[in-house]
Amino acid sequence: MRYLPKSDSERREMLASMGLDSIEDLFSHLPEELRLKRPLQIPPGKSEYEIIEYFRERAAENANGYSSFLGAGAYYHFRPVIIDSLISRGEFLTAYTPYQPEISQGTLASIFEFQTMICQLTGMDVANASMYDGSTALPEAVMMACRITGRDRAVVARSVHPEYREVHRTYARHQGLPVDEAPYEKQTGSVDLGRLAALVNEQTAAVVVQSPNFFGVVEPVQKAARIAHEKGALLIVMFTEAVSLGLLQPPADADIVAGELQSFAISPSYGGPYVGILAAKEKYIRQMPGRLVGQTVDKEGNRAFCLTLATREQHIRREKATSNICTNQALIALMATIFMSVYGKQGLRELAEQNLAKARYLAGALEARGSKPRFSGPFFNEFVVQCGERNPADINRRLLERKIIGGLEMGRFYPELSDCMLLCATETTKRVEIDRLAEHF
Amino acid sequence: MYPEDFRYTKEHEWIKVEGDTGVVGITDYAQKELGDIVYVDLPNVGAKLVAGKTMGSVESVKAVSDIYSPASGEVIEVNNELAEKPESLNEDPHGSAWLVKIRLSDRAELDGLLTAAAYQEYISAETGH
Amino acid sequence: MIRKVRTHINQNEPLLFERSSPGKKAYQLPPLDVPPVDPAAALGAENVRREIAGFPEVSEVEIIRHFTRLSTWNYAIDLGVYPLGSCTMKYNPRVNEHVARIEGLAQAHPYQPEQLAQGAMRIQVCLEELLAEITGMDAVTLQPAAGAHGELTGILLARALLESRGNARKKVLIPDSAHGTNPATAAIAGYQVESIASNAEGMVDLAELERHLDGDVAALMVTNPNTLGIFERDIARVSGLLHSRGALLYMDGANMNALAGLARPGDFGIDVMHLNLHKTFSTPHGGGGPGGGPVAVKREFEPFLPVPRIARDNGRLHYDYDRPQSIGRVRAFYGNFGVLVRALAYILAHGGEGLRNATLDAVLNANYVRKHLEGCYDLPYPSPSLHECVFSDARQAARGVRTGDIAKRLIDYGFHPYTVSFPLIVQGALMIEPTETEDKRELDLLIDALRSIAAEARQDPELVRTAPHNTRVKRVDEVAAARKPVVRWKPG
Repeated sequence: MRYLPKSDSERREMLASMGLDSIEDLFSHLPEELRLKRPLQIPPGKSEYEIIEYFRERAAENANGYSSFLGAGAYYHFRPVIIDSLISRGEFLTAYTPYQPEISQGTLASIFEFQTMICQLTGMDVANASMYDGSTALPEAVMMACRITGRDRAVVARSVHPEYREVHRTYARHQGLPVDEAPYEKQTGSVDLGRLAALVNEQTAAVVVQSPNFFGVVEPVQKAARIAHEKGALLIVMFTEAVSLGLLQPPADADIVAGELQSFAISPSYGGPYVGILAAKEKYIRQMPGRLVGQTVDKEGNRAFCLTLATREQHIRREKATSNICTNQALIALMATIFMSVYGKQGLRELAEQNLAKARYLAGALEARGSKPRFSGPFFNEFVVQCGERNPADINRRLLERKIIGGLEMGRFYPELSDCMLLCATETTKRVEIDRLAEHF
Repeated sequence: MYPEDFRYTKEHEWIKVEGDTGVVGITDYAQKELGDIVYVDLPNVGAKLVAGKTMGSVESVKAVSDIYSPASGEVIEVNNELAEKPESLNEDPHGSAWLVKIRLSDRAELDGLLTAAAYQEYISAETGH
Repeated sequence: MIRKVRTHINQNEPLLFERSSPGKKAYQLPPLDVPPVDPAAALGAENVRREIAGFPEVSEVEIIRHFTRLSTWNYAIDLGVYPLGSCTMKYNPRVNEHVARIEGLAQAHPYQPEQLAQGAMRIQVCLEELLAEITGMDAVTLQPAAGAHGELTGILLARALLESRGNARKKVLIPDSAHGTNPATAAIAGYQVESIASNAEGMVDLAELERHLDGDVAALMVTNPNTLGIFERDIARVSGLLHSRGALLYMDGANMNALAGLARPGDFGIDVMHLNLHKTFSTPHGGGGPGGGPVAVKREFEPFLPVPRIARDNGRLHYDYDRPQSIGRVRAFYGNFGVLVRALAYILAHGGEGLRNATLDAVLNANYVRKHLEGCYDLPYPSPSLHECVFSDARQAARGVRTGDIAKRLIDYGFHPYTVSFPLIVQGALMIEPTETEDKRELDLLIDALRSIAAEARQDPELVRTAPHNTRVKRVDEVAAARKPVVRWKPG
């Protein structure tokens, strides 16, 4: 096997130096009855060419050469080429978690930069080194709010990504954390503040909204903050489309911000690996889950970085840890850090403005053909469109014949919106593609 | 080494009784075991402590240790200096780095605690010196 | 005598924000082909931010230099061995990187129509089947994003099964040698944790287990081989004992590198287990992730697996969401797909025999290192080691030199340290796992280095205690970092 770097003569030499005759001697202590007595039923090892061929064939069975108008938590963006050039360096790709700071300063410095940029983007004071993804960052944020407030209820807007809410339910069920859902306003598509306020009380640890929400609509974060804080609850603001932060007011009234940074890091990749973020106000730092990189000095006074506040974490606190998270998404976070440095202060803004323009053009083109946006609330780069008497599934079928992947059929998650579709346009969506979609919608 | 007028627990806390209040801290042995202390988590004023139950924790870079209350009572004062200077717990654990002051609710509990001599003997047995 | 490394100049580099200067740019977007839209008009002025204060502005050349320089400050598998116990830092094959980037896979959207995602679904099904075969289990979920996530999923599955039998029970038993994620996970799953002491051989103590095993115990979480690298030879009896009381046996699969092709957890009584794709299955650590934590189960758990499952229907694959007994989702979408691709490529490259040979070499390497260090370092548990071995610093501690110091001195010799101070049941542990992808030369250099340091601990303990000496950055003040945490850059 070509990844095994020993020759048979080396193996013999090693065994001889150990006073052994064969490798099997090393296993003689394994109880006979527990050993596998047949070869694994896995075909013989393939050559590199056969492996590439296998995956090319699988790739050919997926969509190729289609336009796509899907968003809904995973977004298409131009990805600077230098991301892969840099993260493919073995010193980043094959490095371990930076527990030994003296030989991990590269990883540590870049995570420190990541943490800083997340704070700058979100208006928070501290950010951790990443979570698995946006969907798991949500329950972690809620559990953090519970620890901080000593309360156990969460009120989550129904306009938060449905799969994120499902994940939260899975976690919450076993922690004994009751969840209430606040509906959205039928007109605007943003959270119904009145109903939200009615659900928040002195047992509420966290109020959760997503902005832009699953419908693409910008939520009234400040008002939601007031509602939460009035009752001593924390406000958690989520996001799934990081590019929106280039243009939208950061949720500075939030206590915790959690979300998905996939847009800055990696192509949709059929759902993962992505990269979640968790950021919060300074005073909550000791309740944060996940790794934190801190700045310090070495014994000669040089600036150095290291993992810090590890006593929150599983390897020290064990069952009293703030989370069980160990491995996070460091390499994907590095991809995002490089993306953010390529675009920079001006570029993220321009990128967001292009997304806004494309989505508005798409909305306009569809409206001209009689398919209006379902909600009146301001949207960023995705929005829900009403399909009238036509079935979204039929529309999508027709579009597929023209190699266009249309929007997400909303009936999948919101039965009351089953005549609607969620469409997304980004800077990668060409005008001619939008025109074609509108023509055949 | 260990003040005669303190009483001690096997979890390495001390208590100094002054009238109906007790001053609580951790011992020199405890701070040595922990190494450089980076953070102390203390209860708030008004918290009701129970003898033998956790009242907070003390952290070094690589470890966390629970602090167990030597006696039951209500917290009437918290040493806020420790938030700014947790290292004082390494420097003066029996003096300026006291943790909390409590109003004792059951003085009889104190009878079960170790004297300085008994505590010294206890830690010698534990460590072999 | 240090043979593996020599000092070399390497570049200094500030943080991006310190390089930043207004007006520098590294990007160019294509011209907008639709009418521009005024953000304030479209979104409401109150929703538009003014600027991203403090965000860097740098050029492409500076970005390339910045990150390239940073990378040169890191150790990596590509530079040399990481003898970290239970981390299985093996070679990350580059063909895996190549296939994960094939456009039809990298550009697939998780919500694209199933008929246009058959390739991605086939990859998942294929990996599930191969992992089931390797572990001897009946069904696999690929959803969990990492080992700890898999552990949580596994314990939730255990809870669901027990609930369906009438009683979810209250406690999870965990050996005192366990990895920290185990008790943390049990707590998040809503179970109380009870630690059980290992026996004198470092293994699960059957009598202890029996003592703790009451009607409230839901499961025992084991690692096999355990965190000492020792095979739990009574594992089948442990399993039998648990089952006789209606409890379950969970296995942390972190040490699968000792078993693949030789023994299968499903055959020795494991009910539910997780795997670490970034350990046994070679997916890159990337400085701390991403990983993959699939969970493999016996068939009675099948109805409870996270939703959706992939089902076959006339040769077509489709997602089945109609799973009323499922524990729900543990993450959005389907799993760390890019990591799954890499793990599958690894398995395809090895084949059945290759996996077995890899395991043999992993065990050979660990025992080779153990044999040649037994003279210098204290071996607390003499039982045979599999893919990793654990020493203690007892002999060196007498001179005031501890495992952490030895680890730092090993850095001067050109290596990444072994796992320090874990497992907790060994005072001053040195846990060493070379993995199979180390050649004899690298192992000999490692052995020589550790022997040399043992001698230094005798002759010049101060040198070891104040190590590392030859790194760019010397011993880092972790105490200051924790006392006054500074976790972001600020201007001025």
